[in-house]
Amino acid sequence: MAEILVLVDHADGAVRKPALELLTLARRIGEPSAVVLGAGEAAASVAAKAGEYGAATVYVVDGPEFDEQLVVPKVDALTQIAKDKGVAAVLVTSSGEGKEVAARVALRLGSGLITDAVELEAGANGPVATQSVFAASYQVKSAVSHGVPVITVKPNSAAPEAAPAAGAVENASVAFTGNAAKVVSRTPRVSTGRPELTESAIVVSGGRGVGAAEGFAVVEKLADSLGAAVGASRAAVDAGWYPHSNQVGQTGKQVSPQLYVAAGISGAIQHRAGMQTSKTIVAVNKDAEAPIFDLVDYGVVGDLFEVLPQLTDEIGAR
Amino acid sequence: MTLKIAVCVKYVPDATGDRGFADDLTVDRDDVDGLLSELDEYAVEQALRISEEADDAEVTVVTVGPDDAKDALRKALSMGADKAVHVNDDSIHGSDVIGTSAILAKALEKTGFDLIVCGMASTDGTMGVLPALLAERLNLPQATLLSEVSVEGGPTGTVKGRRDGDAASEQLEAPLPAVVSVTDQSGEARYPSFKGIMAAKKKPVEELDLDDLGIDADEVGLAGSWTLVESADARPARTQGTIVTDEGDGGKQLAAFLSAQKFI
Ligand SMILES: Cc1cc2nc3c(=O)[nH]c(=O)nc-3n(C[C@H](O)[C@H](O)[C@H](O)COP(=O)(O)OP(=O)(O)OC[C@H]3O[C@@H](n4cnc5c(N)ncnc54)[C@H](O)[C@@H]3O)c2cc1C
Ligand SMILES: Cc1cc2nc3c(=O)[nH]c(=O)nc-3n(C[C@H](O)[C@H](O)[C@H](O)COP(=O)(O)OP(=O)(O)OC[C@H]3O[C@@H](n4cnc5c(N)ncnc54)[C@H](O)[C@@H]3O)c2cc1C
Repeated sequence: MAEILVLVDHADGAVRKPALELLTLARRIGEPSAVVLGAGEAAASVAAKAGEYGAATVYVVDGPEFDEQLVVPKVDALTQIAKDKGVAAVLVTSSGEGKEVAARVALRLGSGLITDAVELEAGANGPVATQSVFAASYQVKSAVSHGVPVITVKPNSAAPEAAPAAGAVENASVAFTGNAAKVVSRTPRVSTGRPELTESAIVVSGGRGVGAAEGFAVVEKLADSLGAAVGASRAAVDAGWYPHSNQVGQTGKQVSPQLYVAAGISGAIQHRAGMQTSKTIVAVNKDAEAPIFDLVDYGVVGDLFEVLPQLTDEIGAR
Repeated sequence: MTLKIAVCVKYVPDATGDRGFADDLTVDRDDVDGLLSELDEYAVEQALRISEEADDAEVTVVTVGPDDAKDALRKALSMGADKAVHVNDDSIHGSDVIGTSAILAKALEKTGFDLIVCGMASTDGTMGVLPALLAERLNLPQATLLSEVSVEGGPTGTVKGRRDGDAASEQLEAPLPAVVSVTDQSGEARYPSFKGIMAAKKKPVEELDLDDLGIDADEVGLAGSWTLVESADARPARTQGTIVTDEGDGGKQLAAFLSAQKFI
């Protein structure tokens, strides 16, 4: 069967959920193999997990280059493995960096590139990707017509399904090409203990209506009662009430959870671009005319400082 | 020595309008107003700030797009850029990102640069990959998705910046020439002044076509694309569900809904 190369994102030895989704999607179009870059001693556990989710082979490449230089070492590794093994497609998670890696790999392979796929199926002429475009107002289906398809897939596009495979580890050596920006220092993001925004099944977001940084406490309490991630609108982020890494929207994170709760958010097009593909949408807003209500499955016209705590209490009482 | 900064700017359909696709499945540019991609305003802003910090610098804005794309160039010139380059050729219509990056790379080589500044993504294609493709094609280091950027040491100096990624915040450094892209966290873009708008009318706009760049028409456009759009369908608009007004039990009603949906 056609070999589908999947770049497996990991953090501190743990495979990130979107990588398991990619392995699951890869099985629809061929036989997945995984690429694990720079995992150090944790490589074995990352490789084992990739095997559990269907990787027949796991190519492992380690080296300080992955930490010291931006993007290019990953491009070097992925391109060389893709060429050596003659793979039929390359799949990468749609993150800022993932898309950049995929783009340069595509160019080096002489291949077309599709980004931000939300669905992947086998077609007569290779994989067909579905994209959700123009703030989710259109569904586009497209295929790569030249070279080995390189496709990036958004997190939460498929439910990860285990499918044990050999997961045979193969250490690959790569010639690094250099000419990259140097990473002079790195400050890891401090974990809040809450789920990752893009991976979470439920997201509770606050906007300008939250009024102040302290106001986010009611949003966080509701999120914790639901086991949800916390998001924010750009207005709340720009005001300094919540970190930019939690921004949902065009220039923030694109989320597509089972449930999205928007509190004190008006529903500007740029915000909608990041959450409109959520399965169920709920909003709490004082203004009955707020455009967010056009999208909701359930909306409460009211003060979020009344509604959210009452909802949190109700959840606690169940 | 003059620090030559080239800024890539894209002309896009207004995101607040009714965007859609034409019969050939390319972006419908006739039925909705176009403008300078809002995220490229941040690129122009950072280029202007870098140029103001430098001893001697020149900012050129570069676009690949149809006739109307001149509006995007004018906006950037009125913000303060010195001159503009417009690559315009009927054969470009329908280019994918691989094709667009090939054209832009050639235009940038012709224009000359020490630093290329891009936005983080266009507001229509939103791929966020073009800067990386330029770095690959021009064999330059990329320092992309920066929320803070500065240049030290003029044309042979260094570009520095901060990249706030998912897992970490990174401090980056690269020797010039280099490609950077900046996020909307990099600093509010300035509004063109009346003086700026008047001055922009007199600033030079160089027109280039594919011949000028030595690119064959069949390498780009719809025919030369390495991707193929098979269909584009409007999603059914989300229909409004239940809306209740809080009269003291809004939270309880919401809880009942979430419970019925099995979220709690
Ligand atoms: C290039 C560009 C990119 C952008 N990217 C993003 C992005 O990624 N994400 C994003 O979110 N925005 C983005 N924006 C900004 C976007 O246009 C809006 O300005 C922003 O989404 C507004 O945030 P908001 O809904 O929180 O604030 P507002 O629009 O001010 O809405 C606040 C809402 O809170 C309600 N409210 C007030 N008090 C209460 C209360 N006590 N209880 C209940 N409701 C209350 C009000 O009725 C109002 O509807 C971008 C803009 C541009 C130009
Ligand atoms: C909805 C939609 C989906 C698309 N999906 C794909 C796809 O999956 N694969 C594919 O190959 N093509 C795709 N395209 C086509 C692609 O968007 C164009 O080829 C485009 O010119 C480059 O991609 P981008 O606009 O997404 O740029 P981005 O990579 O998002 O742009 C980043 C920066 O590059 C610069 N830039 C981008 N375009 C230009 C330009 N024309 N002139 C000057 N500077 C520019 C700007 O500084 C911009 O901020 C898509 C287009 C649309 C409208």
